[in-house]
Amino acid sequence: MSEKESLFSAKNRQLLLGPLSKNNPVIVQILGICSALAVTAKLEPAIVMGIAVTAVTAFSNVILSLLRNTIPNRIRIIVQLVVVAALVIIVDQLLKAYAYEISKQLSVFVGLIITNCIIMGRIEAFALGNRPWPALLDGIGSGLGYGLILVIVAFFRELLGSGTLFGIQVIPQICYDWGYRNNGLMILAPMALILVGIIIWVHRSRNKDLIEK
Amino acid sequence: MNSQGNTYTFVYSIVLVVIVAALLSVISLSLQPAQNENIKNEKRQNILRSVNILSTASESETLFNKYITEQFIINSKGERMEGNAFDIDVAKEFKKACDQRQLPVFVAQTEKGTKYILPLYGAGLWGPIWGYVSLDENKNTIYGTVFDHQGETPGLGAEITSQHFQTQFQGKLIFDNDQLVSILVKKGGNATGAHEVDAISGGTITSRGVETMIKNYLTCYESFLKQK
Amino acid sequence: MENLLNIFVRSIFIDNMIFAYFLGMCSYLAVSKTVKTSFGLGIAVIFVLFITVPVNYLLDNYVLKAGALTWLLGEEAANIDLSFLSFIMFIAIIAAMVQLVEMIVEKFAPALYNQLGIFLPLIAVNCAIMGASLFMQQRDYANVAEVTAFGLGSGIGWMLAIVGIAAIREKLKYSNIPAPLRGIGITFIVTGLMAISFMSFLGINL
Repeated sequence: MSEKESLFSAKNRQLLLGPLSKNNPVIVQILGICSALAVTAKLEPAIVMGIAVTAVTAFSNVILSLLRNTIPNRIRIIVQLVVVAALVIIVDQLLKAYAYEISKQLSVFVGLIITNCIIMGRIEAFALGNRPWPALLDGIGSGLGYGLILVIVAFFRELLGSGTLFGIQVIPQICYDWGYRNNGLMILAPMALILVGIIIWVHRSRNKDLIEK
Repeated sequence: MNSQGNTYTFVYSIVLVVIVAALLSVISLSLQPAQNENIKNEKRQNILRSVNILSTASESETLFNKYITEQFIINSKGERMEGNAFDIDVAKEFKKACDQRQLPVFVAQTEKGTKYILPLYGAGLWGPIWGYVSLDENKNTIYGTVFDHQGETPGLGAEITSQHFQTQFQGKLIFDNDQLVSILVKKGGNATGAHEVDAISGGTITSRGVETMIKNYLTCYESFLKQK
Repeated sequence: MENLLNIFVRSIFIDNMIFAYFLGMCSYLAVSKTVKTSFGLGIAVIFVLFITVPVNYLLDNYVLKAGALTWLLGEEAANIDLSFLSFIMFIAIIAAMVQLVEMIVEKFAPALYNQLGIFLPLIAVNCAIMGASLFMQQRDYANVAEVTAFGLGSGIGWMLAIVGIAAIREKLKYSNIPAPLRGIGITFIVTGLMAISFMSFLGINL
């Protein structure tokens, strides 16, 4: 991990790398599960979703960190929502223009990035009290931590459910000839939840201090 | 200026809204051509797929121009109408009664002869389903189909887009001695005969939607299909 | 009428916001520790969905959709397509409605406000609310009645899920669960199992 960070940027590196494991937004802080799991039946949309969320978190963190001293307190939440919604619309328009197939697969879940708790959570908890540079790192870190979980879940669901990765067959035909079958249950929604449960189990048995009483 | 005062809050929100609205409009307008092109390419790809020609988005326009030799609009009496068949919004026409609709027809010249391609549109379990069906020159034998959907359940209703389901239609007949019977979707793997295909197990309602959709459109096109 | 009932029942059981789409998971996981609070949040969600989904439907159909402004500006407006603004408009409506509901409830039903009060602000960023509006837009419902049935059904389905998991979690406290799974881990797995059992409703068609 990041134990050997140089003194100069130790704190900043922690902002970037912390969310990948110890402080992961999905499995430790339990944020942003809403829009995450429905897009994990295949790897490709999961990765695009991860990138989209990372971009929105990073930019919204920076923008709101820049604006943090000017925002009137009473309309704070509305201002946050407007900035986030505007960024999500931009992402949606870009996907429709340059990645049409994937935008069709993600369908409404692009719009749901707006209500992704990670984004609002990081803005409230971090960006409004910090300078733009750490806010950027924090946003990227949180987004990547989220993407990481998506990719892990999608990897297992696609591999076990369809026998493919990125749509390319990886389980050789000979296995099917010997009686191997794709596990159709993996494609269905409930398995995503159970997989996240298992990821939490594995993660917490390696990080004992996170275990709940 | 007091950053918590009413005037400040008011001015702040107006400035914010104006900036955001301007930014979004610019982005939306500048990306619109690319987005429309994607939608058109998808339509071309689907039309080509119904005559069993697979194409990528970038080559779809060339292939479309190569294979689709003629396109025209007819009404339910089978008479030609003015207009461009490709620009017809099938979803919008679907809301009208059959004799009010503008019905597009695409004619393809493939290695296997002339094919007529007709669009389809209907309701699945959760949202609209649509597609194209291509007929041989006798306007009776189905040459190929392509279906798509918006929000059917993955693994169940969404299976109508699978090769396995779509190839079943190939070679089926829609007329029985001048009587339009269309294609019937049978439950439980019991499909026999020239007018029947198997439903998707677990996706019965979507499969029935496909049946209704095909029947509905073939009925609208009936007079055209009977012209020899 | 039959159609309305169909949409209603479907959105409760089959297209359940939690079990089929994982929407509103954040508050679902955070607030489901006791049945009482879950019930309160559930009622608040039903309430807000019941209002925001039809309002957003009207907004979408009479302002945002391509050509939707023709009723106001005449035929020249047929080419105006504001649908790129739908996300921002929906979230604004939701935030405003939540605020409005909060004020009305506070004024006219203080008892209810005391029960729901703390949950209402949370709801503005509940994915289930935004999700319902986006699904409404995608699924192209025919009229306001259908949309209302969908909104109400989705809310009830959401409440059913959160009250169910809360009841299970209350009992889980007495179970001997492997330490790393305790708390959130087991909640995920139980939710997954509940979702599988909800899939048995798939065949329902009224």
